[in-house]
Amino acid sequence: MGQQALNGVFVGSIYALFAVGYTLVFGVLDILNLAHQAVFMLAAFAALLLVADAHLPLWAAMPLAVLFAGLLGILLERLAFRPLRGRADSNISGLISSLAMGTVFEAIALQIFGPDTSRFPHGTFPDRLIRIGGASASLLQLCIIAISVVLMALLTLLLARTRLGRQIRAVAESPRAARILGVNVDRVIAAAFFISSSLGGAAGVLFALAFNSISPDVGRSVELKGLAVIILGGMGSIPGAVIAGFALGLIEVFTVAGFGSSYRDAVSFAVLFVVLLARPRGLLGQAAAREA
Amino acid sequence: MTALLEVRDLRVRYGHVEAVRGLSFSVGAGEMVALIGPNGAGKSSTLNAIAGLVRPASGSVKLQGRELVGAPAHATMAAGIVLVPEGRAILGRMSVEENLVMGAEARPWPAGREEAQAAVEQQFARFPSLQRRRHALAGALSGGEQQMLAIARGLLARPVILLLDEPSMGLAPQLVQQIFQMIADIHRAGTTILLVEQNARMALKTAQNAFVLERGEIALHGPAPQLAADPRVQAAYLGGDVEAR
Ligand SMILES: Nc1ncnc2c1ncn2[C@@H]1O[C@H](COP(=O)(O)OP(=O)(O)O)[C@@H](O)[C@H]1O
Ligand SMILES: [Mg+2]
Repeated sequence: MGQQALNGVFVGSIYALFAVGYTLVFGVLDILNLAHQAVFMLAAFAALLLVADAHLPLWAAMPLAVLFAGLLGILLERLAFRPLRGRADSNISGLISSLAMGTVFEAIALQIFGPDTSRFPHGTFPDRLIRIGGASASLLQLCIIAISVVLMALLTLLLARTRLGRQIRAVAESPRAARILGVNVDRVIAAAFFISSSLGGAAGVLFALAFNSISPDVGRSVELKGLAVIILGGMGSIPGAVIAGFALGLIEVFTVAGFGSSYRDAVSFAVLFVVLLARPRGLLGQAAAREA
Repeated sequence: MTALLEVRDLRVRYGHVEAVRGLSFSVGAGEMVALIGPNGAGKSSTLNAIAGLVRPASGSVKLQGRELVGAPAHATMAAGIVLVPEGRAILGRMSVEENLVMGAEARPWPAGREEAQAAVEQQFARFPSLQRRRHALAGALSGGEQQMLAIARGLLARPVILLLDEPSMGLAPQLVQQIFQMIADIHRAGTTILLVEQNARMALKTAQNAFVLERGEIALHGPAPQLAADPRVQAAYLGGDVEAR
């Protein structure tokens, strides 16, 4: 029981980290960034290159891979979203152009790394088991949980306490009101993409380390779950995505333990369905639609 | 009086609608100018164009001699053009305090953060009703309180010129008096103001100079008391139900 809960929290922390970045951009732009999963994947490959080919230690490779992911986010915003801004159909056209960018990112990864699974070299992370009560966890798992929680806490602080955080929330609520307050809306959107993609990239590196496997389609495995998490949490809600991410991780692990792995996604999406019947806006969704 | 704000031949178009047609006027430093006129005359379009929220089709907007036409809103704000818009644009999902802090963060303060914080506290001292609801969501305030919040927030941006768009709109008569009193106080304390109002009577009482805008053009202009005495203005704007126009 304790072991399952620990595993659930572990998987959930990665889902949550992936989803907070996903939902951050949705909150600001009202557009799903469908390339988020490709940034997740490319960051994992970047970390792999830095560790395996550049022989950097992981503690140096990870921040660099995260920075790379953030810069990818800025590129994405420039290419896939900014040119469409102000168009009446920007929600759907942004969805499609981000899907296209994600596909391009995947094709690039396929070209460079091939379709097979790549792995981190042996000894990238020290192999240590730690016992907590009746459960045991690897040092890696605990570090992943800790890093995810710290990053999400930092994001929450940034949004609540800093000038940039206030500006991001202002743009999310009303771009017009933000402009009236002198906020450079384009710059704030770019910053939101940088933060979002950094977090998505961090999730990618942690996911790749956790399962020690990276392939160009690795983002696909979290894409739908990330979507489920941000819908469950309430579109645009950071705390909602955190809660829903951990919830989904726990549900999955307990489903696999109770009914076998073939029921994992079925039960997860059944829960999503039931929650949405009861709360159409998700757990912590905003009641009011935003202004234009 | 040297012109602080100089608007020349301003034109604003929305597709085929020409909302502002070659408007020219100026506002001197320390002056309060009223822009009155019927609904749809182009008053808001004029303010929005000056503040960089809509891009004018042509014309010139100079603040302290510096050309700002076509500049984005964050650039006009940086230059000191502060708009309190029609509808107030309160951030309803943020606290009252955060709204004020965002105003104070809109432009840098000479002495930095402490000065900005002190200024926020000053506004709270000035508006006890906001002070009491400091941590409440701004969206939960009454219309009058939201208007006070919008004006306080605008002042915290340290305006070189303050553009007020229909500050009395939708308020009870008693509150209207209070808002105009406040605007007069702000002006007396040294802020240059361009005031757009449908309440022509109060606007002409409060401002020094005034323009009457009709269909995007200036129909009349002059010192406010003189316009208030003008039979054409009296017939059109002061003869009873202003709202109906
Ligand atoms: N965003 C817009 N798109 C199209 N037409 C507009 C827009 N804003 C204002 N208008 C039109 O421009 C004219 C002037 O409007 P406005 O500047 O709001 O006038 P006022 O503030 O004096 O009531 C009106 O005919 C109005 O319908
Ligand atoms: Mg108007």
